[in-house]
Amino acid sequence: MGMTRRSLFALLLALSAFAAAAQEKFITVSSTTSTEQSGLFKHLLPAFTAKTGIQVRVVAVGTGQALDIGRRGDADVVFVHAKPLEEKFLAEGNGVRRFDVMYNDFVLIGPKADPAKVAGTKDIVAALKKIKDAQAPFVSRGDKSGTHFAELELWKAAAIDVAGKDKGAWYRDTGQGMGPALNSAAGMNAYILSDRGTWLSFKNRADLVISVEGDRRLFNQYGIMLVNPAKHPQVKKEMGQSFVDWVISPEGQKAIADYKINGEQLFFPNAK
Amino acid sequence: MESVSQALAGALGLIASWDAQLAGIVALSLTVSLSAVFCATLLALPLGAAVAVARFPGRRALIVLLNALMGLPPVVVGLVVYLLLSRAGPLGPLGILFTPAAMVFAQTVLILPLIAALCRQAVEDAWMEYEEQLRSLGANGMRAALTLVWDIRFSLLTAVLAGLGRASAEVGAVIMVGGNIDGVTRVMTTTIALETSKGDLPLALSLGIVLILLVLVLNAAAYLVKEAAQRRYG
Amino acid sequence: MILPLTLDRLAFAAGGRTIIPPLSLEIGAGAATVILGANGAGKSVLMRLMHGLLRPTGGRITWSESDEARIRRQQAMVFQRPVMLRRSALANVVYALKLANAPAREREARALDSLKEVGLLPIAHRPARVLSGGEQQRLALARAWALHPEVLFLDEPTASLDPSATREIENIIKAFDASGTKIVMATHNLGQARRLGDEVLFLHQGRLVERTPVDRFFKEPSSAEAAAFIKGELPWV
Repeated sequence: MGMTRRSLFALLLALSAFAAAAQEKFITVSSTTSTEQSGLFKHLLPAFTAKTGIQVRVVAVGTGQALDIGRRGDADVVFVHAKPLEEKFLAEGNGVRRFDVMYNDFVLIGPKADPAKVAGTKDIVAALKKIKDAQAPFVSRGDKSGTHFAELELWKAAAIDVAGKDKGAWYRDTGQGMGPALNSAAGMNAYILSDRGTWLSFKNRADLVISVEGDRRLFNQYGIMLVNPAKHPQVKKEMGQSFVDWVISPEGQKAIADYKINGEQLFFPNAK
Repeated sequence: MESVSQALAGALGLIASWDAQLAGIVALSLTVSLSAVFCATLLALPLGAAVAVARFPGRRALIVLLNALMGLPPVVVGLVVYLLLSRAGPLGPLGILFTPAAMVFAQTVLILPLIAALCRQAVEDAWMEYEEQLRSLGANGMRAALTLVWDIRFSLLTAVLAGLGRASAEVGAVIMVGGNIDGVTRVMTTTIALETSKGDLPLALSLGIVLILLVLVLNAAAYLVKEAAQRRYG
Repeated sequence: MILPLTLDRLAFAAGGRTIIPPLSLEIGAGAATVILGANGAGKSVLMRLMHGLLRPTGGRITWSESDEARIRRQQAMVFQRPVMLRRSALANVVYALKLANAPAREREARALDSLKEVGLLPIAHRPARVLSGGEQQRLALARAWALHPEVLFLDEPTASLDPSATREIENIIKAFDASGTKIVMATHNLGQARRLGDEVLFLHQGRLVERTPVDRFFKEPSSAEAAAFIKGELPWV
């Protein structure tokens, strides 16, 4: 049948075109939505590509999923901000070595009306206690992300058990990424813990403002790891390693520091 | 609702300015969905026609299954295909995860049952008219089925368009297997999801309108082709 | 030669009803056979059983040939309503030749010859489905002619046509007959039966009640049912 043979040929051509496109030099980096949405990658990656000719493809998902992608060997490098989870990743033999890269901070966002009267305080734990006492609406990401993890640590520090005895209608576990969770908070006029980068780029603020910032406990450390080629032989170890090396090099660190939104620096490089 | 008129104006503005990045995203969306429709149609039409014409034990159960799979949730398809294509999975060595090829694969899986089920119905209806004559001439089984598919090709166009609609509208499958990588696997639907999550709702809505207009144009073109051909071939 | 065709206690039942009780007969070459009977007598079912479109529920159908492919290829059937593919008239005939495994080089020429035979050459390239009822039926006969079958089954071929189209179809059937093709035709049109038939098979409620040469059938039917049938159809006779 002439028609079937012709169609099969066209299909093969298309597939080989896709395959050919895949031959260009690239690495896959799994990272988090908050990092990508801050705009850092758009600023940082072109510098690396210009220097090495290696394209960096970032798959941005929640921290849990980003580490899972690395665990499966579907990425070459993992770049997230949840140190305990990263160390577990290393302990399981999925990564080669972990390097500190940079930190940014979280901010407590809240309604202008400030029902819990926390605006201006520098003590995040005290602020959270006040929110719970006032039963003021609070939106949580609830998605096992780095931000969610950090939030839970802060509740623990405040000795508040949001999953158990202190559970209530005031604490809303939405199971979403940072942007959608901010949308929900804007809609509910609620408090929410957010990374500064996503907040600065967030356009749907409604009546929300920054209520609490600057507490050392709000600092958010980023780490980078090469996925273990011994466990996953197809990992592009030379190209992946060159990316890791560049990010923690003085050149990469300067590029990170140079990234600003409205003149404000978002990430503070601290590679050793 | 001022955001709607704002979005409409935004959509026109996007089309008028037509920057390279938007062009790239639109081109990728079209390439992925049209490729998926092509692959799915190639497989689904013979499948649907064969089920329509053949008689075998379990045929009715298969028809019910095909009909049910029309409603496959895209995010479930995305998850399953991801697990298949992951390095840790059976098709890992293909190395197509996080590339447009994976997106085409996932969308093909998603729309294949839809096109097959609709084709089966159309061919079964036509078979009632053609069966005796085709069997008298000696056309049996697959031969008869494929002759029918070609003969009712204009009616089947609707099934194909349904598949195109489903593919270009979904986000769950492509985001999982494509990774929504900027410049590589970002399509219109995933961009709309991204802009929404960033809180830029007017931009998201404008992109949505552009997407709808695109699909409208494709459907209008298909309809005109069908009309012209029907006038020619009766 | 696939004829003679032997029906040995052939029976057909469907939906719990007996449509054809056991029937035995032999159909040989030569005489044009016309099957007559009231509506529901089983004419169409009998023809479809003979042509192989229906499987008997009892008894056997035996052709004088063991090769299944040859048996199929030496028969053609024309139905009351012609079914054409959405292609040109010529392409429809070529399709039939393709199915019959005619050599590719010959197909178009043979198809054009058939169209010429039935007078459809001028519209060879017109889409078959836009042709009139009479033209489509002629095309169905052209399609059959191209195959040069040994047996041509016709199921009320002119029931849906006007008198002039009917005449054209009858002329083509006569040409088939003259060229040696065995005609087996069911019809309601008794004048047509007289014009085209040599022998009559009269069915009543699925049973073969009478088998008589055509002239004698109309002058002196041997069965009461046949007499009643003729009187019913032609009350002035």
